[in-house]
Amino acid sequence: MGYTLIEKIIKKNIGTDHVEPGQIVTVNVDRVMIHDIFIPFVADKFEEMGFQKLWDPDKVVLIYDHLVPASAVEDIRHFKIGDAFVEKYGLTHVHRSDGICHQLMTEAGYAKPGDIVFGTDSHTTTYGCVGCFSSGIGYTEMASILGTGELWIRVPETIKVVIDGELPPNVTAKDVILRLIGDLRADGATYKALEITGSTVDAMSVASRMTISNMAIEAGAKACLFRPDEKTCEYSQVSLSDVDWLYGDEDASYCKVIQYRAEELVPVCACPSQVDNIHPVAELIGTTLDQVFIGSCTNGRLEDLAVAARILEGKTVACKLIVTPASRKIYLEAIEAGYMKTLAAAGAIITQPGCGLCCGRAGGILCDGEKVLATNNRNFLGRMGTSKVGIYLGSPATAATSAIYGKITMPENIR
Amino acid sequence: MSDTNTFTGKVWVLGDDIDTDIIIPTEYLALPSVEDMKQYGFSPLRPELAGQIQEGDIIVAGKNFGCGSSREQAPEIIKALKVKCVIAKSYARIFFRNSINNGLLLIENSEIQDVVKEGDEITVTMGESIEKDGQIFPIASLPDNLMDIINAGGLVKAMQKRNGILQEG
Repeated sequence: MGYTLIEKIIKKNIGTDHVEPGQIVTVNVDRVMIHDIFIPFVADKFEEMGFQKLWDPDKVVLIYDHLVPASAVEDIRHFKIGDAFVEKYGLTHVHRSDGICHQLMTEAGYAKPGDIVFGTDSHTTTYGCVGCFSSGIGYTEMASILGTGELWIRVPETIKVVIDGELPPNVTAKDVILRLIGDLRADGATYKALEITGSTVDAMSVASRMTISNMAIEAGAKACLFRPDEKTCEYSQVSLSDVDWLYGDEDASYCKVIQYRAEELVPVCACPSQVDNIHPVAELIGTTLDQVFIGSCTNGRLEDLAVAARILEGKTVACKLIVTPASRKIYLEAIEAGYMKTLAAAGAIITQPGCGLCCGRAGGILCDGEKVLATNNRNFLGRMGTSKVGIYLGSPATAATSAIYGKITMPENIR
Repeated sequence: MSDTNTFTGKVWVLGDDIDTDIIIPTEYLALPSVEDMKQYGFSPLRPELAGQIQEGDIIVAGKNFGCGSSREQAPEIIKALKVKCVIAKSYARIFFRNSINNGLLLIENSEIQDVVKEGDEITVTMGESIEKDGQIFPIASLPDNLMDIINAGGLVKAMQKRNGILQEG
C-alpha cells in the first residue's frame, strides 16, 4: 500500500512502517521558529511549566520581523524579553533584522526537505515548498516543545492538486494559489495536507512554490508539500539521494484529487475582505488604487522584484508604491541586479526587509475608504490600517502594472 | 474500562461552523479572567446559554466547530462552564489543539446529531462509544498521551507534573 508525501515524513520521523489519516502520533521536532510577537508568551509559559533548559538550543530559531524596526515604544519590550531568553537559555540561531521568519527558515537552511518544523505563526506552512512538513501552533504548545522536543499531531488526510501545462505569460504562482483557495474555500482543506504536483509546478522555481505553500493556510491546510527536485536540492544544499524518498506514491490514498490545466488559468485577485473571494483581474479593471504593496513572505523574493523592475523600467508610478524585500539577502541581490535602482527611479518607496505593511504595524498603513493592491497573503478587515481599507491581493505582475496607472490593470506579460 | 471513563450528561445542541467569535466575542477578551468572560460564552448565538449550562453537560454540534481565530480562550470558556465534553462532526485544527492543551475533551462523531435533541441524556464511554436510549455509536479512542494532557487539566499542568516527576526522580 502506498503513502502520501506527508505520511512518509511522519512514518520516518516516528520510525514506524505504517500510519493512517486520523491516527494521533507524537513526532520528534526537527526545528522550531518563534517570532517577536509571541516570544514573551512563550517565555512565560516555558517557565510556568517548570522547565530549566531547552531540549536542544540548536533546534530553536528566534526571529524578529513583525516589529522591526520598532515603531511603538511597547514593541521594545518584546526584544528585551527575547534577548533575555536568548541569554538565559543559550539560543544561537537569532535573527534581529535579517528579514521575515518564513523566508529565513528555508533560506538559512533551518527547514530542510523531510523535516518536521513548527512555528508560532499560521504561515509556517511555507516550508512545504522544499518538502518539509511545517505547521503553525499556539504559544503554549511551543513552550512545551522547547522543553520536550515533541509534539502530538493528527496524521492528516491529503488532497492532491495536479496542475499540468504551461501558464499563460501573465499568470504566476500567486494566481494559481488564489484560484485554488477560491475553489477550496477558506475551510476546504482544514486538518488536511495539500500535495501539489504536475508539470506546471515542476517547471516552477522554489520561490514560486513558496508562494503557494505560504498561502495554503488560507484554505485551512495544515501543510502544503512539494516533491523535492534538483532545484530544491540546490536551494536547500542537500543531495538528491537525501530526498529521493520524498514523493507521494501512485497508489497512495488521497481524500480528493483536484486537477487544473495551466493554460486555462487567468490573472486573479482576492477581493475585500476574504482570501477566498476570488475574481479575475478582467472583472476588476479600472478600480482606483491609493497604494500598491510588493513584498511579504508570499511575494517579496528576488523573482518578484525582478518582475516588478521589468514592468516599471522607465515608468513612473501613479499611486504610492511600497516595496519590501523579504530578507536582507534578497535586498542585497536586488541591489546588485539593479532592480532597486529601477524601482526607486519609478517612484517606489523601498523599506527594510521584514513583515512591514503586511501585518499592518508600519510602512504604509491606510485609512477607511482607501484601496490597496498588495502581494501578501491576507486581506482581512483591519489588516493594513483601519477597519474599512479595501485590500485586493494579487501577483507582483498585477501589482506593478497597476501601480503605473493607479488602478487595477491587466498584468503585462512577464514571460 | 473503569467507571471514570464512563459518564452521562445532558445535551445542548449547536449547529455547524460555531466560530471562536461565537464562543467568546473579541470584545470580552480584555476582561481580567476566563471566569469573568464565561458568562458571555456563546452570547452572539444564544445569550442565555452560558447561564443554563450545568456542570457535566455535553455540547453536541455539527462540522467545523471552533473555526476562526487561534484564541486559546475559546476552549477555556467551555471548560470554565464545566462542560464535560464537546461532540462534533469535525473541529477546526487550531481549536482542536488548543482544547486538548487546555484540558477540554473533544469527541468526533457524525451520527449522534441525527438522534439527539436538546435536553436528552447520553452516556459516553471513553474510547468506545456514545449511547442514547440503547443505540450505540462507536467513537475513536484518544491516545494515552492526549488523555494524560486532558486528565492533568491541560498542557501547562501536564508539563508541571512531568517536570515535578523528573525533579523527584
